[in-house]
Amino acid sequence: MTHSAQIEPTGAPVIQMRDVSKWFGQFQVLHEVDLDVGKGERVVVCGPSGSGKSTLIRCINRLEVHQSGQIVVNGLELSDNVKNIEKIRRNIGMVFQNFNLFPHLTVLENLTLGPMLTRHMKKAAAEELAMHFLHKVRIPEQAQKYPLQLSGGQQQRVAIARSLCMEPEIMLFDEPTSALDPEMIKEVLDTMIELAESGMTMIVVTHEMGFARTVADKVVFMADGRKVEAAPPEEFFGNPREHRTRAFLDQILKH
Amino acid sequence: MTLAPIEVVRREAVVPVPAYDPDARTPVGVWLKANLFRSVGQSLLTLAVAAVLLRILWFVLDWGVFNAVFYTTDPDVCRAATGACWAVVVEKHRPMLFGLYPYDEHWRLVLMMAIYLATVVLSLWPRCWNLRFLVPLWTGAVLSIGILMFGGVFGLPYVPTSEWGGLPLTMLLFTGTVLIGMPVAVLLALGRRAPLPVARGVSVVFIESLRGVPLITILFVAVNVFPLFLPAGVEVNKLLRITVGIAIFFACYQAEVIRGGLQAIPRGQYEAATSLSLTYWQTTRRIILPQALRISLPAITNHIIAAMKNTSFVIIIGLFDILTATTAVMQDPLWRRFYIEAYLFVAAVYLFFGYALSRYARQVEKWIASGRI
Ligand SMILES: Nc1ncnc2c1ncn2[C@@H]1O[C@H](COP(=O)(O)OP(=O)(O)OP(=O)(O)O)[C@@H](O)[C@H]1O
Ligand SMILES: [Mg+2]
Repeated sequence: MTHSAQIEPTGAPVIQMRDVSKWFGQFQVLHEVDLDVGKGERVVVCGPSGSGKSTLIRCINRLEVHQSGQIVVNGLELSDNVKNIEKIRRNIGMVFQNFNLFPHLTVLENLTLGPMLTRHMKKAAAEELAMHFLHKVRIPEQAQKYPLQLSGGQQQRVAIARSLCMEPEIMLFDEPTSALDPEMIKEVLDTMIELAESGMTMIVVTHEMGFARTVADKVVFMADGRKVEAAPPEEFFGNPREHRTRAFLDQILKH
Repeated sequence: MTLAPIEVVRREAVVPVPAYDPDARTPVGVWLKANLFRSVGQSLLTLAVAAVLLRILWFVLDWGVFNAVFYTTDPDVCRAATGACWAVVVEKHRPMLFGLYPYDEHWRLVLMMAIYLATVVLSLWPRCWNLRFLVPLWTGAVLSIGILMFGGVFGLPYVPTSEWGGLPLTMLLFTGTVLIGMPVAVLLALGRRAPLPVARGVSVVFIESLRGVPLITILFVAVNVFPLFLPAGVEVNKLLRITVGIAIFFACYQAEVIRGGLQAIPRGQYEAATSLSLTYWQTTRRIILPQALRISLPAITNHIIAAMKNTSFVIIIGLFDILTATTAVMQDPLWRRFYIEAYLFVAAVYLFFGYALSRYARQVEKWIASGRI
């Protein structure tokens, strides 16, 4: 690589992104994005629709492949090296906007599948682990149901528990509350707040500015595939530097 | 802007139709009025259709029951009767059901069919779906059926496959087709969407080229052309070759059906599996296929039933499945004029198995809907 700012693979941050660019065909979705996330840090990413927020966090566990720049997770660089990709993915949990639970499996089976298949846990141990996290997200009584028998908020909490069963160090959230009815948003946000308090490293794409204000260590604003601004929440909301940020905040906080 | 009020013109009296509820029982009178006698024209049509149906029913009963001969060994008795001659079925059922298989050994086929049906029925039952039960069951079934059909041990005379026939042959061909064809179909369907370009290429060429030719051509190749490519001295049993031929043809169609199911799986399912670090095969086996096969089940059943009927193509290698055996039996000059009754019997046998299959598929759909499987 010809980049001047090579990442030292031993640096403290758990996630380091340098000059990350990505194209979908001719269309550039990410423009030289830099982002550092330290251990235990909570980062909220916001920005208008189509600005590349999802793409950005999906690059971190390689659901999308970046074409230039560097992404280093826990000292391992994401490249075509399949071993590294596997190691990195095992450390990262992901929660999706549409939950993406497995509809043909019960809640308990959704939770035990990963630990049994990739961590080679015995069924009993995996179920114990699953019940532990179902208690954490406060729906242990739903263990034997199928995902479609649950409310949206419950499904999203199951999805969070499913990721936690892999005992990751980093959690990525892609608009976890956007598909939910207003009365269910709170229960999911509460779960996420508890997770944040437990010291989990989190990157959360969300438009829930209340969550950003109370939980985030850093708020990142994206527009047109560029990182426009990144600042602690007091500064970000109190005194945004860029006028695009201000325009966005005006629009979103009006409601 | 104000819209003009919509004018509702009622041309006929509206008979209230209750909201559709498949399980609700409406009184017969109400149902008849709502469905068959809503207007004068419809009432006339209903009566006309009823008259035709009654006429047909009367004919069927008159021919098939009232004037029919159910039992006689003398074809002249049948010839004298004006109705059906079911006696032909009684008289000829053994060569029809068992083909050329040696007459004195027919008991082996009866036993074979009993073992076969018991094995299949057990295997179709969800409570039996674990390998610790199915593996011994099928091993035992295949061994005992093999011994019964071939013989050559335990004092049973040896019977070559060229003498196998009738319903047991139809059953074996059908089972072989499905057991070989389904896994091939799944692999072809997966191959067509695989990340590896080579796998995609192979699957596309395979499916498109075999789907485009008639089954009879594939069987001709399996029987007459394939042996030419084998080294001298090597021989693959004709029955096996034809089973594989039918199976592969079946697999090409079934693969497209399964691919349809695969396409219906949202991308999010793959992404969730990937983020749980599942491998391609783990994702395919545990997440994707179970859902895709459930989605395509009705269409899969459709092709399985078609496969059952395609087994009659063994006629081209001179084997006598139940249909061909019946055709052969009906060459008998004494009984040949009663071929309609004989074929009706064969049709009833096919119908029985076909209907059993579709009922079973319906049951599976219910099990799926209720989350039992
Ligand atoms: N698979 C794809 N192929 C082509 N273009 C894509 C693909 N995925 C996303 N894009 C485009 O890339 C851009 C960024 O998409 P992305 O989903 O990252 O935006 P976002 O900020 O998450 O938006 P939203 O708030 O709507 O989720 C959009 O213009 C989108 O149309
Ligand atoms: Mg998005």
